[in-house]
Amino acid sequence: MNDAELTELAARIVAEAGRRGATAAECVIRHGRELSVTVRLRETESIKQAEGKALGLRVFRGQQAGVTHSSDLAWPAVSTMLDAALTIAATASPDPAAGLPRAEELGQLAGDLDLYDPAAAAVTTEQALEWARRGEQAALATDSRLTNSDGGSCDAGESTKILVNSLGFQGCVRRSSCSLSVVPIASHEGAMQRDYWYSVARGPEGLESPEAIGRKAAQRTLRRLGARKVATQRVPVVFEPQAARSLLGHILEAVSGESVYREASFLAGKLGQEVAASGMTLVDDGTLRGRLGSSPFDGEGLPTRRTTVIAGGRLESYLLNCYSARKLSLASTGNASRGLAAAPGVGCHNFTLLPGAITPEDIIAGVPNGLYVTEFIGFGVNAVTGDYSRGATGLWIENGQLAYPVEEITVAGNLKDMLRQVTAIGNDLEIRGAVNAPTLLIEGLTIAGS
Amino acid sequence: MSDAASFFTRHYGVTAADCERYLAAALGRGGEYADLYFEHEATSSLTLEEGMVKSAAQGISLGVGVRVLSGERTGYAYTDDLAPEKILRAAGVAAHIASGAARTRIAGLGETNPGRNLYGPGPAPTDADMLAKLALVRRAEQAARGYDSRILQVRVGYADELRQVWVVSSDGRSSSDAQPLARLSVFCLARENGITEKGHAGGGGRVPLEFFDLELTPESLGEQAAREAVQQLAARPCPAGEMEVVLGPGWPGILLHEAIGHGLEADFNRKKTSAFSGLIGRRVASDKCTVVDNGTLPSRRGSLNMDDEGQPTQCTTLIENGILKGYMQDHLSARLTGARGTGNGRRQSYAHMPMPRMTNTYMLAGHDDPEDIVRSVRRGLYAVNFGGGQVDITNGKFVFSASESYLIEDGRITAPVKGATLIGNGPDVLTRVSMVGHDLKLDQGIGSCGKDGQTVPVGVGIPTLKIDRLTVGGTHE
Repeated sequence: MNDAELTELAARIVAEAGRRGATAAECVIRHGRELSVTVRLRETESIKQAEGKALGLRVFRGQQAGVTHSSDLAWPAVSTMLDAALTIAATASPDPAAGLPRAEELGQLAGDLDLYDPAAAAVTTEQALEWARRGEQAALATDSRLTNSDGGSCDAGESTKILVNSLGFQGCVRRSSCSLSVVPIASHEGAMQRDYWYSVARGPEGLESPEAIGRKAAQRTLRRLGARKVATQRVPVVFEPQAARSLLGHILEAVSGESVYREASFLAGKLGQEVAASGMTLVDDGTLRGRLGSSPFDGEGLPTRRTTVIAGGRLESYLLNCYSARKLSLASTGNASRGLAAAPGVGCHNFTLLPGAITPEDIIAGVPNGLYVTEFIGFGVNAVTGDYSRGATGLWIENGQLAYPVEEITVAGNLKDMLRQVTAIGNDLEIRGAVNAPTLLIEGLTIAGS
Repeated sequence: MSDAASFFTRHYGVTAADCERYLAAALGRGGEYADLYFEHEATSSLTLEEGMVKSAAQGISLGVGVRVLSGERTGYAYTDDLAPEKILRAAGVAAHIASGAARTRIAGLGETNPGRNLYGPGPAPTDADMLAKLALVRRAEQAARGYDSRILQVRVGYADELRQVWVVSSDGRSSSDAQPLARLSVFCLARENGITEKGHAGGGGRVPLEFFDLELTPESLGEQAAREAVQQLAARPCPAGEMEVVLGPGWPGILLHEAIGHGLEADFNRKKTSAFSGLIGRRVASDKCTVVDNGTLPSRRGSLNMDDEGQPTQCTTLIENGILKGYMQDHLSARLTGARGTGNGRRQSYAHMPMPRMTNTYMLAGHDDPEDIVRSVRRGLYAVNFGGGQVDITNGKFVFSASESYLIEDGRITAPVKGATLIGNGPDVLTRVSMVGHDLKLDQGIGSCGKDGQTVPVGVGIPTLKIDRLTVGGTHE
């Protein structure tokens, strides 16, 4: 079936739900294909290729909702799913905040947002293998201490999402993506280290060259050799953009309408208040052409938009879907995310911390004694309280210079304080995915080590 | 033919003869081994929040994955349509990992079911009435709400699944299993004097719904979650730095999963990318430590009659009295290194390639009295509940995050402290285990493990343990 036929199928399912007693219904269909290859130590390691499709259904009986999903799009299976959704909706409680969006909220951005590059779908296995091989080779050729590898990987694929609801919304968006990553392993004096680098874009043209990715991965890995532990102390911490992105992930959880209405966020009830340093401006924007988080409509059929979440340190808006918006007596910001298996959640589109004016080199130069974090591991972040404690890897800063690698330490604080203690924001914002941040400096964090 | 195999024959008309044809196509270009992984997964879930069942969901996913091995290479393709032409096409795509003429003969299929049932008698949880599941969820909620007037929010989730799996391989094996799984989890917020804290508890396993009446009641889960949230209201900042750490029994066994478990998966060791590579026969723990991975425990979340390559699961000794004994194998790594399989080849679904994964990983009981263990600590941390953990396989550094822990001062458990991440080095953390309790406990059945983007259910366990020195990532110097 082509996309027009699938849209028609979704519309037929929504109409049939109505005939069988649903007061409202929504159907989402996804289909796509993927190619994924890995090369390790110059040899092909794996090739995976597949196509898939699946359908999700949400029906309402008044204010009771039922959700079903299936990978079988044939009518007998669909019919069974419809009945199942209506039956389980009877199990749900009447919820005054449940329901589809209001008809006047629905809509989508006009035109093609350049989300589909036919070149991504046309990538052949041979091409993907060649890029992965070149990327890994460039890494391994950098230095004799790069003795092993977790490989080079290249993925290319496309996916289409169709959303139809009983208020007449019909949307279909086709997106492509392409990515290349390299994970070299270095060893020296019996100790091993790995790091990685990657590039992701809508099509192969947008990728960094395999050689550039490989060399960057090699440099990142080599600089970790000889890492040691440092003493427990309180110091300023510089977050490399990769590490700063993870901090944006924690902010996202805290500004998600779902966390906020549940009071499970340290930013609940803080709308309009200063929550971060005055240099901090965070924007979510689903309307940007060609970007990885963009879409003409969100998971409930609202047009995406640009939402300023924090402006100059002041909390301006949460990110909301219709449900969390109703719970908070606010309007949706077009941030519904829709998987197949569950009711819509909240997700970001392109979430960005706007850059400052200072170079990352100058930020580091201003730190007499501190940590430059390149990677975090673990899940020690509590969005309810803001308590933050994560395993870290990076480089120690002595007298404004990157001095030596460190590992097996933690960085701890509380996000409420950390957002206010951002004293420098770099000018090095690079777009590497849907969530992006420049280098950041946060004062007064506790390093636990020896 | 067994139940799951006949499931695919009955519902989708796939026969053993068809499978032989698909395998022949998969090996049509010279591959050495091929297998088919048929999977039908039915799921259901309920979420209760603010006293309302906010979401009720059901789903079905169906598909087959075709894998072809050629030396160290893997070709993989899958389809969610079991029509013969679709499966043949997937087999043809996977076959391309090899280049040449067909060489391998398909052995005639013989049934190789493990012939055991670890999942207990009784109907699968997915077959139970939604209203019975709803009753469990409501009971958990009431128990949590009733625990303390400071409980502000309660969210209860119930989820179950039944996976019908049929694995057919070119060496003539045909194995099938019907794998149930159920989980009930409770999330609470408590508030006092403007401070809000959270608590979480969950449990379940490969069990019928009655398990929650007989063995792990919704009331106990509700109270556990509420207790943790209320307890945390009084938590002080956690200390930072190296100190003595006592881990309580059960779920803190996530230490083993992160510190050593992943590092002992055979793929990393075959590729020599693990900090444990080449350490077989060497001391990696104190002589008080014996650690196993056991997929054969009845009803456990991490248990399976067979792994996702059709191999029976087993109990594999990883560390015996401190000495590293073995790795966890999947078919590919065992084949390439000449090792015996251990039944650890698992995958998230038909859309994923199998890899070596843990099942239930735990340390055997020792001889120490848990109270003596706490009494032996002058100043340290007693950690009883954890969130997630993570490890860097290559340098061995691992973390796991305590969600409930207490100070130990002069041999006594004193104040609760805020959650903090604990960090250490896998190959040497267990060498600093100086006391091992006699109170081995397994977790209640909440663990999920992620590797290379694939999530599978697992179990962990430890007795009360004392680690002489571990870095605690608090804020309080």
